[in-house]
Amino acid sequence: MIERSSSDSRLEGSDARMNTENDSAQPVIELDHVSVRLGARDIWREASLSIAEGEFIVALGPNGAGKSTLLRLLLGLVTPSTGRVSIFGEPARRGNPYIGYVPQRRTSEAGMSVRGRDLVALGIDGHRWGVGLPGAARRQHAQVVDEVIEAVGASAYADRAVGQLSGGERQRLLLAQALVGAPRLLLLDEPLASLDVRSQGVTAQLIGRLARERGVTVVLVAHDVNPLLSSLDRVLYIAHGGVTIGSPDEVITTERLSALYDAPVEVVRDRRGRIFVVGLDEECAHPHVAQEV
Amino acid sequence: MALSLPSLTIAFAASRLGGPALTPFSWNLFADVQQIFQYAFMRNAFAAGTIVAIVAGVVGYFVVLRSLSFAGHALSHIGFAGATAAVVVGASPVAGLLVFTVGAGLGMGALGKRIYGRDVVIGIVLAWMLGLGVLFLSLYTGYATEAYALLFGEILGISQRDVLITLIAGIITLLAIAAIYRPLLFASLDEDVAEARGVPVRWLGVAFMALLALAVSEAVQVVGVLLIFALLVTPAAIAERLTTRPEVAILLSVALALGITWAGLAIAFYAPYPVSFFITTIAFAAYVVVRGAQAIRDALAARAQQTAVVA
Repeated sequence: MIERSSSDSRLEGSDARMNTENDSAQPVIELDHVSVRLGARDIWREASLSIAEGEFIVALGPNGAGKSTLLRLLLGLVTPSTGRVSIFGEPARRGNPYIGYVPQRRTSEAGMSVRGRDLVALGIDGHRWGVGLPGAARRQHAQVVDEVIEAVGASAYADRAVGQLSGGERQRLLLAQALVGAPRLLLLDEPLASLDVRSQGVTAQLIGRLARERGVTVVLVAHDVNPLLSSLDRVLYIAHGGVTIGSPDEVITTERLSALYDAPVEVVRDRRGRIFVVGLDEECAHPHVAQEV
Repeated sequence: MALSLPSLTIAFAASRLGGPALTPFSWNLFADVQQIFQYAFMRNAFAAGTIVAIVAGVVGYFVVLRSLSFAGHALSHIGFAGATAAVVVGASPVAGLLVFTVGAGLGMGALGKRIYGRDVVIGIVLAWMLGLGVLFLSLYTGYATEAYALLFGEILGISQRDVLITLIAGIITLLAIAAIYRPLLFASLDEDVAEARGVPVRWLGVAFMALLALAVSEAVQVVGVLLIFALLVTPAAIAERLTTRPEVAILLSVALALGITWAGLAIAFYAPYPVSFFITTIAFAAYVVVRGAQAIRDALAARAQQTAVVA
């Protein structure tokens, strides 16, 4: 496992805020020889990794390699066939209040007639039974919702129907919903997909800033690493049931990816520092962009 | 109280039943309402209509939110088979209605929200169930009235006992919805996040289908199997277009369902056409008016924006 390089200062800041016992010693996420079988397919084989508090991890890999499976493992929605998944030192389980989650977006929000503010509020008490009667608790919730909406910069359109908003605006509100419960771990599944290039950059910056300010650990599934380079600490590359973790320069190399794919893969850099992963299969022929040198 | 022919006008029925003499509609609405409530069958009809409208308004909001309107429609058809089957074996049609709709609702809920091609499956079952209903009807010869009442509603023939049953079923439905309100809303809007937050989305889906089945069974008595959309979907669909706040939308949906039902009953009291016709027509008209008004508003806004850009 490759050592983390740039996130140490961030880690100290979050330790002070988080107020849990032996933070520095205990990883936020620990996968110990985890295998996942879905149907007849091995998605993950004996994968181990450890993520520390305050880290910003970007999970990359070809389609169907098990990127979303990683998030579902951490959420307790998928049970590993072997191995152990720990979150904050405890086995992964459903409904963990320390986790905020933004799933991969579908087209289902397009017709949503409910305003963004109500969607965000569900992040606080949507899992509780009953109607939630008006009172002091509700007013306090409304205040928390206001603050989070302000923090993601969605105040201008939080009272409009979600279906009327642009992809980037929706993504901000969903981020607010995930953050409103004050999570310590944020799981984001392709939050930059279907955003235009400029929104991708802006949203990536926003996620990075909010995570830093709040000391939240982030695992973000992405297709393109480029907009996230200034925010991320380490890259988690998932392919063919295997997992490699480290900085982009360490992980996205000809040797590492060839080993991961178990096939000849070539990583090519252009003169602007962009990296292209070129393989024999079409599955690994999507571009990754690395830090400009 | 059962009328021998459900298609009778109320004026005719009232005179036949030997009630107070009927005076024609006047613009003194207070006197009109007083006259309407002189008749026990109208009192029962208003009571049942009110309960059903409230339940349909609340449940309908989630039907629209969860895109279950076709499932609701199918439930009513399955209920038709149940009701006719009950008539054949000499049981109460309402009991047959309840058993079949709730059973089918539980079945659909167990299939889950993500079953691919579910609409096709529902449609296939729906057609078969209507066929079964026809068979049961033919077995029970000479009872076309019953079929008519089930298909198109027969609120004027509702008995005090039926009102009581409707009331109890309505209270149970509303209490259950209140108990699962927040997680149901969460699961309806964003199933994946709700599941991750520990909301039992699958279980809630099954529970809601059972509640929908209850609501459908109640609404069938007012508007019948074929016209269930008018109460279960139209008011909620209008409300959803008018507000973005779930609580307001539910209240609005209830208010619309009540207004549509009351107006339909009152007009049908004076006009020689079926209640169901008026209820469905008012519901449709309300929907058209709202859509039309919104289209005009959007066009005006677009024009204003254009002028602003030009200026």
